Amino acid sequence: MIEFRMPSLGADMESGFLREWRVKPGDHVKRGDIIAEVETQKGIIDIEVFDEGTVGEFLIKEDDKVPVGTLMTHIIPIGEVVNESTKPKVSQENINVQPTPGVHASPLAKKIAAEKGIDLHTVTGSGPDGVITRDDVEKVVSNRIAPEFAKEKSALANGNLMRMAVAAAMSKSNREIPHYYLETKVDMSKSLAWLTETNKHRPVKDRLLPAVLLIKSVAKALGAIPDLNAWWENGLQLKKGIHIGFVVSLRTGGIIVPTVHDAGRKSLDEIMLSLSDIITRSRSARLRSSDLTDSTITITNLGEGSVEKVFGVIYPPQVALVGFGGITDQPWAENGKVDSRPVLTVTLAADHRATNGNMGSKFLIAVKDYLQQPEQL
Amino acid sequence: MTEEDIRKKILQLLKKIAPDREPNKLKPSDNIRHALGIDSFDFLNFIVALDEELGVQTPEEDYGKIDSLDTLISYVKEKLKLLNENRKVQ
Repeated sequence: MIEFRMPSLGADMESGFLREWRVKPGDHVKRGDIIAEVETQKGIIDIEVFDEGTVGEFLIKEDDKVPVGTLMTHIIPIGEVVNESTKPKVSQENINVQPTPGVHASPLAKKIAAEKGIDLHTVTGSGPDGVITRDDVEKVVSNRIAPEFAKEKSALANGNLMRMAVAAAMSKSNREIPHYYLETKVDMSKSLAWLTETNKHRPVKDRLLPAVLLIKSVAKALGAIPDLNAWWENGLQLKKGIHIGFVVSLRTGGIIVPTVHDAGRKSLDEIMLSLSDIITRSRSARLRSSDLTDSTITITNLGEGSVEKVFGVIYPPQVALVGFGGITDQPWAENGKVDSRPVLTVTLAADHRATNGNMGSKFLIAVKDYLQQPEQL
Repeated sequence: MTEEDIRKKILQLLKKIAPDREPNKLKPSDNIRHALGIDSFDFLNFIVALDEELGVQTPEEDYGKIDSLDTLISYVKEKLKLLNENRKVQ
């Protein structure tokens, strides 16, 4: 039996509201199926399941606020028989139930109260001899959640919650990660000329954006310098897949970082498709859990008309963030001559616990080299 | 298509790209992308929409010619005129 818990959809998430179960207990699900809709600061996210099997009993009700890591249901693999003794009991959960002196309550009521942070002294018991039952505690929970839910929903509408979530994640990052920063300048003449030439022969809807070259060059450079494609969780954990988080700004003021999966293995056209898909879904608030949980590094691309460089704050548990400024015409010296070139400044913000400046420098030089040979990307 | 029709169509397409902004309030010489907060991804979608809805293909080297409502309308008008003439010749 596989436990299905509320996933963490990014370092900035502490909990989410279960909006809707999209399956029923007893339904058969396979990897990638959407099992629930959860409302977070990032909008409504479709939660995918990663295993195949039968959906067990629901342990969470719709509209409940669910902390990250909370057991929501089980997925029972095909062929596994569930009998009463292995059936999940809510009381098997690892919640630390503190004794509450002077209060008579059932073990289940105590457990729920501990989970939800309810002081049992404030609950009136309806059981024999005034014992507090599960129903008594749940009544308090549902009375409390309704106004809280409404409050958070109205905050969602004006984008405050997203700002607060970004604030929490970035503060944590700045507090815990010893950042170091490097930068280099790239002459983009070849890349832009290649892009213009390629796009000239394509129908409008198949045109590539410069961001696609940036994503691919980062993915290729990570192939050569894998130490930056990692998470810092109890030490450095290198990641096999290269999944690039791409910062998308929303016109309402927030940012969201969906993922271009397997960017190293994708062609430029596939990256363009993936990018269009995630930007469109980010802006219409229709993301899936895998869009937000898998990324192994982040790219922020300020784009046209912006300032020349950006030094980012790493998105934990990742260990690096690559920043691209706007491309501007600048004087460029080469072979003893100075002329004007379209110049892109690439920066790296990296976690000094995970890598050293030497490694970071090798990585940026690799990015630069790939951007000089766009036809190789 | 009259100039007014073109203006209406363009404003409608811009509203689709930036639903939370007010293209109707654009002044003729405002920089459209700055005024509506349109990034290169949105802009590409707008160019695709011009092609799909009006049959106007905009090569990348012309992007600089269509940065305000005024210049965009005359650009589209000119392109449509050329399309019509080509049709007549064929």
